[in-house]
Amino acid sequence: MDTIKNEVKEILNKYIFDKKIWTNAPENPRIILDLKINSARIVDIVLDVEEKYGIEIDDKALEKIITVEDVINTIKLKADK
Amino acid sequence: MTTEQKILSSLPYCEPFLFVDRITNINENSIAGSYTFNPESFFYKGHFKDKPVTPGVILLECMGQIGLVCFGIYLLNLHEKKTDFSIVLSNLESDFFKIVYPEETVFVHSEKMYLRNNILKCRIRLSDNNNETITTTIASCKFKLES
Repeated sequence: MDTIKNEVKEILNKYIFDKKIWTNAPENPRIILDLKINSARIVDIVLDVEEKYGIEIDDKALEKIITVEDVINTIKLKADK
Repeated sequence: MTTEQKILSSLPYCEPFLFVDRITNINENSIAGSYTFNPESFFYKGHFKDKPVTPGVILLECMGQIGLVCFGIYLLNLHEKKTDFSIVLSNLESDFFKIVYPEETVFVHSEKMYLRNNILKCRIRLSDNNNETITTTIASCKFKLES
């Protein structure tokens, strides 16, 4: 779990302007509102995740991704199938 | 009307902020088009004083109007459906290589990287009459469709 979390954090960091934003972020940060990532970048993040984990995330699942936990849970769900 | 004409008439821009003259080629993967800069354009008066040069932001606007907006209208079939839509530029990363002077014609070639959830991301190249690169950019925009 922690490995996935760290890997997801690494992917997200590619799109975060100020990395210090993690310091004051809540336990389960919202990607757009708390990490200040542009909404269009969600697609880039999903593509990075798809490539890293060899999974496919459809547009419906993509729309439901709001928080960092959502990304982690989506990976776990798809990887289990 | 041809597909190209329908796309042009679907554009949400007009003078003095329309930077598309022609679409010369379009398919599911790419678009090509051109624009000739009018020496009377408003920005030449101030950029720069007595030395008119096309601003980089205007070059990017031209690339965006052809390479993202015209392309997105085609890919989402908005020129046929007559759906109301608006566009939000999401991000871009660019390199500039050459200066563009008034009256020059520029050529835009854009290749689709992805279109997902109405977000279009493209690799766009702007070139001159000699096919020399003026600007390259990777940019994305979001189409908001009225239901």
